[in-house]
Amino acid sequence: MIKAILVFNNHGKPRLLKFYQHYSEEQQQQIVRETFQLVSKRDDNVCNFLEGGTLIGGNDYRLIYRHYATLYFIFCVDSSESELGILDLIQVFVETLDRCFENVCELDLIFHVDKVHHILGELVMGGMVLETNMSEILLRIQEQEKLEKQEAGISAAPARAVSAVKSMNLPQQIKDLKLPDLPGLSNLKNAF
Amino acid sequence: MSEATGRPVHVRLFDTSQLIFQTFEEMALKNIRSNLDRLFDKSLTDLIRGIRNNKDNEARYIASCIEEIKMELKQDSTFIKANAIEKLAYLQMLGYDISWASFNIIEVMVSTKYTEKRIGYLAAAQSFHDSTEVLMLTTNLIRKDINSANMYDCGVALGGLACFVTPDLARDLASDIVNLLTSSRPYIRKRAVLLLYKIFLKYPDALRPTFPRLKEKLEDADPGVQSAAVNVICELARKNPKNYLTLAPVFFKLMTTSSNNWMLIKIIKLFGALVPLEPRLGKKLLEPLTNLINSTSAMSLLYECINTVIAVLISTSAGTPGDHTTSIQLCVQKLGLLIEDADQNLKYLGLLAMGKILQTHPKAVQAHKDIVLRCLDDRDESIRIRSLDLLYGMVSKKNIMEIVKKLMEHVEHAEGSHYRDELLSRIISICSYNNYQYITNFEWYISVLVELTKVEGTKHGAKIAEQIQDVTVRVESIRHFSVSQMALLVENANLLLSGSAQQRSNISEVLLAAAWICGEYSENVRDKPSVLEAMLKAKPSLMPGHILSVYVQNIGKLYAALISKAEEEEDWDAVDSLDNLMMSKLPELELAEHLEAQERACTLMAMLKVIEMYHSRKEKVAEEVARLYEGELNPVATKAQRKVPVPDGLDLDSWIGDEWEESASESSEDETEKNFGQMKVRSEFANFGGPPKYDSEEEPEKGYQKMKTKKKEHDEITSAELEKRRQQREREIQSNPYYVKGTAAAPKRPNEFPVAPKREENGESSQNLSIQSPLEIPGVVGLSRYMEQQDSTLTWKNAKKEKKKEKTKKGKGKKKRAAEESSSDEDEVAIVHQVNRNDGEMPENAKSTDDEDEKTNGLTDEFKALDVNLDEPLRPDEIVRGPQAYVRQSANARPFMQGPLQPRPPTTGPQKVITQEQTTKKKVAKKKKNDVETVESAEKKMKKKKKAKAQLSNGATSAATSGNVFDMDNWLDEENVVEEAADALKGEKKSKKKKKLGVPSREAYEEPSGVCTPSNPFQEGDTPGPSPIGSHSHLSSLASNGDLKADYSISVCPDDPSTCLVKISLSNEGTNEMKGIEINLCETLNARMAKDGDGDSSLKVSSISPNDSTILPLRVTVASTALSQKIRGSLTYFVQDGDNSNSEKLDFKLSIPATTFLLSATIGKESYGVLLSSDEIDLSASATCSSPVPFKQIVQRITQKARFTVVEEVSGAASLYATTNIDNRPVAVLVKKTGDSIQINGKSGDQQMISSIVDDLRELCSKK
Repeated sequence: MIKAILVFNNHGKPRLLKFYQHYSEEQQQQIVRETFQLVSKRDDNVCNFLEGGTLIGGNDYRLIYRHYATLYFIFCVDSSESELGILDLIQVFVETLDRCFENVCELDLIFHVDKVHHILGELVMGGMVLETNMSEILLRIQEQEKLEKQEAGISAAPARAVSAVKSMNLPQQIKDLKLPDLPGLSNLKNAF
Repeated sequence: MSEATGRPVHVRLFDTSQLIFQTFEEMALKNIRSNLDRLFDKSLTDLIRGIRNNKDNEARYIASCIEEIKMELKQDSTFIKANAIEKLAYLQMLGYDISWASFNIIEVMVSTKYTEKRIGYLAAAQSFHDSTEVLMLTTNLIRKDINSANMYDCGVALGGLACFVTPDLARDLASDIVNLLTSSRPYIRKRAVLLLYKIFLKYPDALRPTFPRLKEKLEDADPGVQSAAVNVICELARKNPKNYLTLAPVFFKLMTTSSNNWMLIKIIKLFGALVPLEPRLGKKLLEPLTNLINSTSAMSLLYECINTVIAVLISTSAGTPGDHTTSIQLCVQKLGLLIEDADQNLKYLGLLAMGKILQTHPKAVQAHKDIVLRCLDDRDESIRIRSLDLLYGMVSKKNIMEIVKKLMEHVEHAEGSHYRDELLSRIISICSYNNYQYITNFEWYISVLVELTKVEGTKHGAKIAEQIQDVTVRVESIRHFSVSQMALLVENANLLLSGSAQQRSNISEVLLAAAWICGEYSENVRDKPSVLEAMLKAKPSLMPGHILSVYVQNIGKLYAALISKAEEEEDWDAVDSLDNLMMSKLPELELAEHLEAQERACTLMAMLKVIEMYHSRKEKVAEEVARLYEGELNPVATKAQRKVPVPDGLDLDSWIGDEWEESASESSEDETEKNFGQMKVRSEFANFGGPPKYDSEEEPEKGYQKMKTKKKEHDEITSAELEKRRQQREREIQSNPYYVKGTAAAPKRPNEFPVAPKREENGESSQNLSIQSPLEIPGVVGLSRYMEQQDSTLTWKNAKKEKKKEKTKKGKGKKKRAAEESSSDEDEVAIVHQVNRNDGEMPENAKSTDDEDEKTNGLTDEFKALDVNLDEPLRPDEIVRGPQAYVRQSANARPFMQGPLQPRPPTTGPQKVITQEQTTKKKVAKKKKNDVETVESAEKKMKKKKKAKAQLSNGATSAATSGNVFDMDNWLDEENVVEEAADALKGEKKSKKKKKLGVPSREAYEEPSGVCTPSNPFQEGDTPGPSPIGSHSHLSSLASNGDLKADYSISVCPDDPSTCLVKISLSNEGTNEMKGIEINLCETLNARMAKDGDGDSSLKVSSISPNDSTILPLRVTVASTALSQKIRGSLTYFVQDGDNSNSEKLDFKLSIPATTFLLSATIGKESYGVLLSSDEIDLSASATCSSPVPFKQIVQRITQKARFTVVEEVSGAASLYATTNIDNRPVAVLVKKTGDSIQINGKSGDQQMISSIVDDLRELCSKK
């Protein structure tokens, strides 16, 4: 089981929180802070496993994380999950995001956190791995987007127009992030 | 009239039109305005942007946004609401509580638009939990959504439900979710399967009835669904593995056939959990796992395989000793590769798995000692800690020094106190492993420990102290060395104590050990006066109280040793100077805040005064003083105190003597006088009066003794003073509300002494750290202290260097000697010091049991509830019911619901039979072994092989399908070669068995369930009498004349679906005896009597007496079950009328309707609808007849005699359903009645069959 999925940036700002067990908002923030403390002091070239922090931890739980550019993707899982499997899942998640947002960067996650949630919903359900096949996931997401567009249709057109006007002021979106190559994973990628 | 009213009317009209115009205008404006408002409502993007632009006053900005959101939620438009909720969901992530909007979230979930619904469900998943009250409103909404035609509506609802499912929701929606398992879309099925796990967690009652359905999903066509089912079962099995052991064959099959790595990993992990329960399973697994290890390129899979192989090895090594060296070597070799890999993750996991092998096969791991040691230098802390775990297995008597040296280097360089502490405790635990098994040179170990005391900021001061004490106590020959080291420590105490408060409290624990050792083994102290002086210099302000009290005690010991020496030599100057030294320094210690320390100091002081008095008269008292501290100490086992058996008749809770109040005023002098000579009777004290627990290896007895003797001395000599103090104390006690009568004065009482040593004990251990806090110097922080610390550490380092030299010299000397003694044989190296390696003294009669630390299986309650036996057949009441409130609504759907959830025939029955079969099979195998292979068994074997081959070719899955009917034992014992074949064979046999036994059990299970269905009217009680099941109990008339009446009933033979059993009941209604009764049937091409050997197609009965009856069983085999049969036959008999016998003949027609060969089956309304429109039943037949019989009775007749079940019934029409008994083909019939005419329409896949069935039904209906 996956107990929680956290995404936060290099400063510990949460970008996506998904808890599959109830924690109050206060506890959630505490967990983010604590996890950030744990993760941020680790070099990039050390292993990606951490024996859980006190809040989210317990004996059975581990933190498995990956660090991409400015973002940390952290999964808190129990011993029924395979460590390497979860690493691959994170990879699938990030690659899916990359496809959906076309060169994903932190800004995408900031402004489209809802969409990220929906994408995550195609991978993990209630703490259990739902689908790992990326083409299947992408297909489903595209279909949902179609549905979204149909529904939006005319009714949301003015709103979209306004938001388009609003966005004009926004400085050109900086796509400063690119997915780094993942050395050492090449041997795992083919596994799934 | 018109003129009178004309004007006002006109005016009013005008007014109205204006009004209308105005309102219209207003509405339009409002519309536009609200539209505009809406346009300028903040979208989520605006909110996020706003927050980013207001970094300085983020909280205020968000507060204003929340106000806006509250306004927006009051609007009617769901679009606005959805937008507001979307923003709230974002704010939730930032830590804002949004539970106040729960109801609005549900409003958005209700939205018909997918986009909005999705927002609602997202917010719900993020914020709802078990105690969200509005959740109970959602049951219907969710049911609607998960049954929605739009698969994404359904998907999003399932996903949301997985996050916030409550026990109530789980109970109410379980059946709906189970129904989704048959959805045509894998997208839905997958989610439904996963959701089931959450349902089980919240509503454990659903597990048993639903499990068969879940199991079916293991063989779903879609790999995603399959994987989801594996996932769920693995989660279930992880918590309660024993219930899922019977699934092992299914998973085994999946493991050997599947190529989905995700699923394989899960299955292999599952096997890891199952293996400890069934070692034979492990044996079976080894080969395929080894194959996988060798073949797979996926590291994750490889790793899990290794893990499970390790689990297998652990489980088998515990039971049957087997030779698995090849497997171990393979694992270790692969792990070695992982550890040496450049990828840190693999390295980490490799070490983790290696640690597991270490437990059972330490030798195998030792080969990789070098790699592991190299990992100690890794830059990654996690990896270093993992490799520390492995060190246990690497250590031997030979290399311990080398390894510890390396670790010590790490200690010096380690940054971060966590890792350093970890290192420290590992060093200690490696060295002290199994009572110092690996230590050959204890001087070296003591110096290591001394070295460790210099580690900055360690938490393990107490641990080091305990080690030093323990080693010194256990190893007699080390004492001189240990004491010299400790004396150095004591003399440099001020340096150790100069750090920060935290550091001081930790490291000063070592001083405790040092002081105690110097005092206890004072005969080994070289320079006693300087040590004594150093101890007297202890500053109560700097030294933690419990250590100070140990100091005082040991000052006493040293003093006693010095004074006896001086007195012996009659060196009165020395005696005087000693006394003076003590008298001048002790008062300072009397001011200690720590009560224990203070009390001891005062006692010692009082004692000194008396001694000094004697000394001033030049009288010698040293002998008496020294006697206070006599006695040799031995290690006491940790559990010793707990193990002391309570002697018979001893009530530990009752008072030992009279209650204290009465004896308080008595002088205790007599008593002490009496006890004075008994000081060495330690065991008695320990046995009877000891405090409840002694967990450390400290010696309680010594404590008593010291305390006691000290007290006695005190009493004896200064009783007047004592009396004064006591009175004073009593006064204090009187005024102290917290005082509990009778215990405060306890330390004074000799028979109450246990209390005092307890305090001492506590004081010596590190337990009461809290007491130290008053001793901390407040306010002295900052640069000055920092500098002081720096200085001191510098000088201390110098001192260390000197000592090191000394040590290394010594160490080398030892080493050399050791090397000379023997360099090759480890065992001989060992004997440098005689070590007391006992576990410690135990009280007499103590039971040496190790059952104390029971391991609790860390199951939480929610998983305990899921610990149910899944192989037991379901009880009829075990079905997942729909919500009670919707009985009416779901009543029609009930058959459908029950269809999927219908109870299975008990599996235990067939299982037993199979066991028997297999025991015979086993016998066969035995025979083969004994070389008494008979022709018969050879034949059998041939048959088996043939069958097996056939089975394998046409459907190997049948074996897997049979799941829990497998006999596990046999499956596990089966040899691999025959295994496949045998599996298939079993599958076949089993399915045969199932058919045979299936018929009756199906009847037994399903018919009642059909009858129970609320939609079935006959349950309501309008059926006269009990409704008999099975047509054999319905006798139809065959033929009769005045004398003989023949009735018959037909049922299908349980062992052959195309043979029916006709029971002809003959009753003699005449007055004379009948003889020679014979029944002959005219056999047709389609129907013949089953012959029992003789070729005679007739049945005979010798006689029936008057008013008697007999039953003749008749087996009729039909060629086609699709046809209704009419068989002509005749009955001949003789009537004995007096002496005459008349021959009589009776002709009859036996009709065997096609409906005989139907089975009742249940089906849901929806499925029925689908079925009717499918190609599966495309052939139809119809018939009409008329009957005055009420419609209900007709339906009843059909359900009882023709085995149909009612799918749906409305007034005057009923849909009926049954399946054929041979191949379960569906048959659907619609019966309508208008007036007296009955219309019967039937559909099935076989024209002939449906025609005859409809014909039969017509006949059935038209009967009066």
